[in-house]
Amino acid sequence: MGPVLNAAPLVRDSDAELIERLRHGDEAAFARLIDAYSAPLLRLAVVFVQSRSIAEEVVQETWMAVVTGIGRFEGRSSVKTWLFKILTNIAKTRALRERRTIPFSEFEVDNSDEPAVDPGRFLPASHPQWPHHWATPPQPWSMGPEGTALDRETLAVLRRALEDLPRAQRVVVALRDVHGWPAADVCTALDLSEANQRVLLHRGRSRLRAVLERYFSEAPTLPSPAGGGGKVCNGQSSSDTKQAAQ
Amino acid sequence: MKDDVTTDLACKELVEIITDYLEGTLPERDRARFDAHILTCPPCREYVAEMRTTLQLTGRLTVDSISSSARDELLRAYRRMKDSST
Repeated sequence: MGPVLNAAPLVRDSDAELIERLRHGDEAAFARLIDAYSAPLLRLAVVFVQSRSIAEEVVQETWMAVVTGIGRFEGRSSVKTWLFKILTNIAKTRALRERRTIPFSEFEVDNSDEPAVDPGRFLPASHPQWPHHWATPPQPWSMGPEGTALDRETLAVLRRALEDLPRAQRVVVALRDVHGWPAADVCTALDLSEANQRVLLHRGRSRLRAVLERYFSEAPTLPSPAGGGGKVCNGQSSSDTKQAAQ
Repeated sequence: MKDDVTTDLACKELVEIITDYLEGTLPERDRARFDAHILTCPPCREYVAEMRTTLQLTGRLTVDSISSSARDELLRAYRRMKDSST
């Protein structure tokens, strides 16, 4: 099972039902659609045009295209896919006009090695007993309870880290983990293979975790758990159990 | 078979396959190796917990949406379209 995310369906009605309502001028249904999708559309638009105000215009244009084009929707794709196709087309045209085209290749994964964790934190391959096991293991995080100043600060740090991710990683992580999109929808919207989507997700999430780790290790902490900081533990204290488990 | 499952996974490898693990796309055998590893490796258990925490925190980031005036404008446009087609 995947992680627990805010993966509630964005729109409750089935697509067919929703389209039927929109065609019959159901304003409440349209309002619900706007409320459910404007944020993810905006997030995607920013990727193409890079300016918040132009991204907002792109989203607005997308909705206008929906208003005028609802009769033409054939129901061959999901409403969501349809919306993102419209937005992508408008955004690309707009980006071209601004000469700031984001090539699709940007969403391809480069083959450069990007380890999730600094390789220096692991024992060398030549280690006689524990090759590639932790030399500098992760330390427990001490977080403030939800709603406290510490908690808000953590979220602010995370938000900045998300914004700082390389574009493709940022978009994939935002759509998956902030907006709660299923992997398949992200692949469709960005024209990505499942494997590449996962690589971008992995790299992005790993970077975010690393930023949080740094933040928690530097922040003045609440009374911290015992231990702390040493470079000695390589996690094999329970190696006997490991052997016994076989 | 059992030996394959318990063939230890190095921590360095675990941090690279954690997303596949959380996504549920890890092959059965690797999943078993992963589970066996975290059972006996507290630092990796901590790493997995931190990754889950990262995901939960990311899920709490609020999302900017369009302004309420832009929203009103859209609803007005929709109403006009509806009125003109009836």
